[in-house]
Amino acid sequence: MTEQEQITTDLHPLHLTVNGKDVDSVLDSRISLADFLRHELRLTGTHLGCEQGSCGACTVIVDGVAVRSCLMFAVQLNGSTVETVESLCVDGQLSRLQQAFHEEHALQCGFCTSGFLMSLTAHLREHQVTNDQEAREALSGNICRCTGYAGMVKALLAVGDGESTTQ
Amino acid sequence: MTDTTTISSGHKTVTGTGVKRREDRRLLTGEGKFLDDLNFSEFLEAAIVRSTVAHARVRSIDVSGAIDLPGVAGVYTAGDLEELLQNLPPKVVHPDMSHRVRFPIVLDEACYVGEIIAVVVAENRRIAEDAVDLVIVDYEPLPVVASTASALDKDGPIAHLDAPDNVCVHITQKAGDPDGALLSAPHVLSETFVISRGGGHSMEGRAVAARFDEVAGELTVWDATQAPHYARQMLAVFYEMTEDQIRVIAPEDVGGGFGPKAQFYGEEVLIPFLAKKLGRPIKWIEDRWENFVSSAPERTQTHRMSVGFDDEGKLIVIKDIFEHDQGAYCLGLQVPSITMSTLPGPYKIANIHSELFSCYTNMVPTSSLRGAGRPQAVYVMERMMDRIAEHLGIAPEEVRRRNLIQADEFPYAVGLLFRDGSPLTYDSGNYPGLLEKAESRIDLSAFRDRQIRERKEGRFLGVGIGMCVEGTGLGPYEGARVRLTNFGRIMLTLAAAPQGQGYQTVYAQLAADALNLDMDVIDVRHGDTGNIPFGQGTFGSRVTANAAPAVVDACTQLKGDLVKAASMLLGVPVDQIELSGTGAFVVDDPERTMSLLEITRAFNVGRHGIAVKPGSPVGLERTAYFTPERAAYSSSINICVVEVDPETGMVELLRSVLVHDCGTVLNPLLVDGQVYGGFAHGVGNALYEEMHFDESGQPQTVSYLDYALPGALELVTPELVDQETPSPLNPLGVKGVGESGTIPTPAAIANAVEDALRPFGARFNRLPITPMRVLDALGVLD
Repeated sequence: MTEQEQITTDLHPLHLTVNGKDVDSVLDSRISLADFLRHELRLTGTHLGCEQGSCGACTVIVDGVAVRSCLMFAVQLNGSTVETVESLCVDGQLSRLQQAFHEEHALQCGFCTSGFLMSLTAHLREHQVTNDQEAREALSGNICRCTGYAGMVKALLAVGDGESTTQ
Repeated sequence: MTDTTTISSGHKTVTGTGVKRREDRRLLTGEGKFLDDLNFSEFLEAAIVRSTVAHARVRSIDVSGAIDLPGVAGVYTAGDLEELLQNLPPKVVHPDMSHRVRFPIVLDEACYVGEIIAVVVAENRRIAEDAVDLVIVDYEPLPVVASTASALDKDGPIAHLDAPDNVCVHITQKAGDPDGALLSAPHVLSETFVISRGGGHSMEGRAVAARFDEVAGELTVWDATQAPHYARQMLAVFYEMTEDQIRVIAPEDVGGGFGPKAQFYGEEVLIPFLAKKLGRPIKWIEDRWENFVSSAPERTQTHRMSVGFDDEGKLIVIKDIFEHDQGAYCLGLQVPSITMSTLPGPYKIANIHSELFSCYTNMVPTSSLRGAGRPQAVYVMERMMDRIAEHLGIAPEEVRRRNLIQADEFPYAVGLLFRDGSPLTYDSGNYPGLLEKAESRIDLSAFRDRQIRERKEGRFLGVGIGMCVEGTGLGPYEGARVRLTNFGRIMLTLAAAPQGQGYQTVYAQLAADALNLDMDVIDVRHGDTGNIPFGQGTFGSRVTANAAPAVVDACTQLKGDLVKAASMLLGVPVDQIELSGTGAFVVDDPERTMSLLEITRAFNVGRHGIAVKPGSPVGLERTAYFTPERAAYSSSINICVVEVDPETGMVELLRSVLVHDCGTVLNPLLVDGQVYGGFAHGVGNALYEEMHFDESGQPQTVSYLDYALPGALELVTPELVDQETPSPLNPLGVKGVGESGTIPTPAAIANAVEDALRPFGARFNRLPITPMRVLDALGVLD
């Protein structure tokens, strides 16, 4: 067996919770969390913009913390709880943050949007956002090329009062 | 079932209002459909072997190791793809242009890092990328041209074997007697300005997938492109197929465009061809490194600018000689051509000399990015306006005011030729109005008082102006098709493909008003050559001024058909029928209605074998194309306030007031969004974004760790002030807006930085103005 073949057949069992559902899989160790979500679970709302941890488009929440799913191997997450953008809308009802994004025209092409929503959802669970500077700091870990962040700043201020953003 | 109240309740105009986007919900919930979300179980995935040297003869390519890797379906080099070795032609050309043949894949000479050497197709992307690493290419390095200065050096290296030099084209345009005027002008100032390379950086890179249907002989290509009809035409030529055998679909969601996706690349030829050859669908998704080394960037220009003026600061003459970097091949002369014609901007200048040296280098080919040659021209012109002001001790806004074309002087002939060879003529505008509105919002005199006070406290604030005009809405045409569907809805089909602009919303607004029907019964789709035969694509802020009149035309025609259909079904004259809500009603008896569903059942669905009255409007569908006479001129002004820290060299943007005039506004929410986003791109070009190459042509900035895109903390939200001067060139009076935020911004910021540091006499002629360049200009680095 060549070295290449060994790399591609390094399998591990994996159990985790994704958007409230139990997931069991056996997976190559080299598969990123992003690829696992997109390809294995077909949760294609998580997008890949740089595959290097810079742009933030692939951000998901793992055990309560916003992480870059392109920088983690899926097999690292055995026993973890993962939330993706697909979890935000409950029973057809957009979250407050999603609704504010819509009201304030905070998205254009929408490719980066999932990552922003997940970064901000995690942020708003622990912080209030009450002014422009706080909003920009909360947004600063992700890149958007379409909007100049103008609508996102407004959306964040609209929901940054510390009330739950998930309902 | 007919609900009469929803039909005869009257129509409320929606065009011009800030209707929120229909696109948002699917994108907010992760249900958007981008190209990489396509999922066929039988998909193969491709990865590309790219040149790692900027200029080399390819002696040999050993693919044996890659082919042997389990899961690899094939590895293809130029030797396997001889039928594809045809030139990818440039878009805009010039009779004097010296061409370099660009094949979709390297035959034997690689001319930039990133050029396609081979394509690997495998069961998945991981295996394909593993195989890429196993392809061994033997390069014989050749001399490298890594700058325009080197390209134009007569003793310098040549970017292509068998080429006499590196000149792509040398064009001079003149108006009046510029040389004589320079000799006689009371004042002449000259400067050299350098604008660096920057990229488009859509968050989704390029992407292509294809599937060949052997039974039908049809090729379906999914392409994250701005111009699906252009791609189809190119593929038809390459594959010697008819346009009806190829369907190019830009997915409903494309993750940003900004220019690079309006070009046509080797991957778009190679991937569908291999899908056909292998009898399996294939997908290729550009990664971010590939985006840096293979998607077309822009902006690199060096300008030597002289300006002659009188004691009052009135412009007499401008003479600008500039170098433009085409990169290794010419994708078209659109960018430098636009630079040439944008230079005079909103000013009256009797004598103009604009001279272009466009050249080949061994760097990734360039093309249009948001702004497309205009930010450079505006940068050069607006920097000189400030130098004139400084030289004469006149306020910069006053120098501009004295030179502006007045609102009653349109149409205004500039004296130069447009890129299509026609006289460059501005159709409409109110440039003094822009200046006045921006000045009054920012309150310049109050700012200057503050500036003096703050300087005493050791804080260095500056204000800068950038003003510009922008040719938008370029032809030749754009199309729209509108149909009453079998289920009683209206399907509006646009040829053009969006990348976040909100076409599904704004064109539903327009159609609703043109048809006098509820927006809720109108669906909009776009970017699929299978649904409408002709189109040009989304670029150059052109779609609104082309597609909007086409939509109105097609809908107006369909409205006539619907009225006729309702009149026949209700047995009343057509002048007794009005449309409203979800159908038609009788004017004198509004309780009598006919729904769209009933109309479609009668005339579109029909009854098999049962005749309808002669002259019945069956097949309710209309298609229209709009052909603008010439470009509609948008205009804008940006006044920026910055603070510069002379110890760290950091420039902080404090404020921007942006007045833009794109004629009639169809949806203010979307227009503002375009300006905000365009502004952010301009800030990037002014302060952050720069692609570096070393002397051997190796790109040094190939990730977002090396290449700085502006984040939320680097930006402010510009204060927008509206001005609407409708264009006479289309029935709606609309002009383009996609680039209005970008174009004046680098000039405004650079002028502001220089203003802030005026006590030091620091000069900033090169973009972007990085902290290092600030410190260098202040002499701190010596």
